[in-house]
Amino acid sequence: MRVLAALSGGVDSAVAAARAIEAGHDVVGVHMALSRNRDEFRSGSRGCCSIEDSNDARRAADKLGIPYYVWDLSDEFHDTVVQDFLDEYAAGRTPNPCVRCNEHIKFDTLLERATALGFDAVCTGHYARIELRNDGVRELHRAADPAKDQSYVLAVMGPAKLARSMFPLGTAPSKSHVRAEAAARGLGVSDKPDSYDICFVADGDTKGFLQRSLGERPGAIVDESGELVGEHQGAYAYTVGQRRGLGIGRPAADGAPRYVTGVDTARNVVTVGPETLLSVTTLTGEDVVWLAPDVPASAPVRCEAQVRAHGAPVPGTVVRADARVTVELDEPLRGVAAGQSLVVYDGSRVLGQATVGSRRV
Amino acid sequence: MATHYLDHAATTPMLESARMAYVEELARVGNPSALHKSGRLARSVVEDARERMAGALCAHSTEVIWTSGGTEADNLALKGLYWARRQADPRRTRIVTTAIEHHAGLDPAHWLEAEHGATAVVLPVDADGLVDLDALRSEVAANFDHIALISVMWANNEVGAIQPIREIVNIATEHDIPVHADAVQAVGHVPVDFRSSGLATMAVSAHKFGGPVGVGALVARRDLAITPLTHGGGQERKVRSGTLNAAGFHAASVAAAEAMATLEPEAQRLGALQRQLIDRIRHAVPDARLSGPEPGPARLPGNVHFIFPGCAAEAMMFVLDSHGVEASNGSACSAGVAQASHVLIAMGRSERDAASTMRFSLGHTTTQDDIDALVAVLPEAVERARKVAGTFDSAVFG
Repeated sequence: MRVLAALSGGVDSAVAAARAIEAGHDVVGVHMALSRNRDEFRSGSRGCCSIEDSNDARRAADKLGIPYYVWDLSDEFHDTVVQDFLDEYAAGRTPNPCVRCNEHIKFDTLLERATALGFDAVCTGHYARIELRNDGVRELHRAADPAKDQSYVLAVMGPAKLARSMFPLGTAPSKSHVRAEAAARGLGVSDKPDSYDICFVADGDTKGFLQRSLGERPGAIVDESGELVGEHQGAYAYTVGQRRGLGIGRPAADGAPRYVTGVDTARNVVTVGPETLLSVTTLTGEDVVWLAPDVPASAPVRCEAQVRAHGAPVPGTVVRADARVTVELDEPLRGVAAGQSLVVYDGSRVLGQATVGSRRV
Repeated sequence: MATHYLDHAATTPMLESARMAYVEELARVGNPSALHKSGRLARSVVEDARERMAGALCAHSTEVIWTSGGTEADNLALKGLYWARRQADPRRTRIVTTAIEHHAGLDPAHWLEAEHGATAVVLPVDADGLVDLDALRSEVAANFDHIALISVMWANNEVGAIQPIREIVNIATEHDIPVHADAVQAVGHVPVDFRSSGLATMAVSAHKFGGPVGVGALVARRDLAITPLTHGGGQERKVRSGTLNAAGFHAASVAAAEAMATLEPEAQRLGALQRQLIDRIRHAVPDARLSGPEPGPARLPGNVHFIFPGCAAEAMMFVLDSHGVEASNGSACSAGVAQASHVLIAMGRSERDAASTMRFSLGHTTTQDDIDALVAVLPEAVERARKVAGTFDSAVFG
């Protein structure tokens, strides 16, 4: 197959490309330039946005003996990921920009462009497994290494795009194994630090980034009875389930810690309350992407639901109806915010994905 | 798969004679500034090279200041002339240049504006990329006492437009304003006669005419004061300190001499291939539009530059590259991202057109076979690039 390998400049994408080459594919490397104003050198734990990162990607391609190009997707990235991030927070929701990037950039713009250029598939360094069944259904599964599993942020891509994607690291037993493989292959990025921060938030300070971008909007923090307990500089910067950084002087009457239980950006009010108010037993998701055509879930199906990239899955029952999914949880889940990605699993297999639209207690 | 190299304006293969001269001189020891026999021999190589280079450019040997390349020569001319002229008369703070200069000419002017009190006056160009002489006349008439220098490239690297250097010099000479020309793309390809040009300074780069990368020269009139950029051993009229690169200068001068000796027949040969390629591209892609002047005296004989409407140039480059046809889209920055060309924008093209351009530049190794190979893969490249343009949802192709 003709394969386009996305090379971020990190160790994972380099090893993934190496494995694709070894599997006999005709591989070309592409680095996506996603930032409009790129720094010369990498800083902190951001992993793909500096010129140094694109040079690392170039050196990996040199080492692998494949052609290498840089594609400027910074406008697309800004419009579909950064702007969405700001819009969602401004609307009092909690977006996952990595999910949006996979949805709009890697497995949309990049994949479409690759297809237009005659490529059969895009290969990335994500940790997830694709299994092709005898009946032609492609299943998306958690990676062999649960600590690195990224199926949560990939579930959004849908079956058609899955058929044109390759994740050669899904079977890797661990990150240290991948690093050792990179070193053995002579890839200079083998000891490059992991990236984990939001790539476009320069210093890892999301609240500061939101305040600079959206402006300060002072308002009230109230408790569940509506009593004023503090002030904030913009309701958008708060997330349901958040406990730290509330800046409330007075303790609660019962002395128990307080959490954000509601964010109303229209009224610019943040509501706080005890942990018990955070618990939900029903999750509703919109914009459904269903990856399991053989499990339509038109009637309730047993599953596990996950609402954060590294959150623990919670058992429950899922049903799809009216372009929505509803999950009845066996046990309550704490701190679910609108805008989060809800991924439904059957064991290691991803059944589908949706965006949390409403929560019911 | 054969490689068809059509990016000679970026760099052209070394001429055989220059390569042999280079390798031979690399074996010689001796700092040209040393006083012993090896030093004297090395120095004689440098001075022979200087005379040969001066001869090729119709300059006096004392007018050749060796540099590390065209960029350094442009920087030396703009900064060195600006500082010296302003020191002689503090009113001279205006640097008059054009919107289509190479960044090596444009960026020093903007830097002097940001850091050293200069005012960069950027003259507009017409739709073919030729400088607006009326705008120059008005600027000179209004501000001649305040102009430190005028800097205009002899020939443009992207669209091949040859600028009216003679007229520009005539306008400047009335008021004794020095004119610098970036002649990096012109030397070896069109007749360049420094003495009769009336220019004050002229930047030259060896690897654009078959010499080695890393060697260039600023040809500068003897009566000019130029403030140095580098200080040290005082080489090159005390304007450009640093150990003299005897082998590089030697190879550069050999290349220049050969390029000048073969200039006319080579320009005719390339001009014929250029016309043929332009005709065949117009035939194969009827809506493709040539940028810059029609072939002839106002266009470099090796330059072919087209806008392919609706095509993503990076995709065209990609398809051509995968077929071994090497050409260029826009000017790439250090990280490899193609940027919208300031030259095309200055010529009045849209951002969208600027993102749909390809430059094919022909040179001394170009053959009919290279042209045929390009024309053969062009339809596929255009078709793919149009599909790819549909995947953009940015403002450019939206």
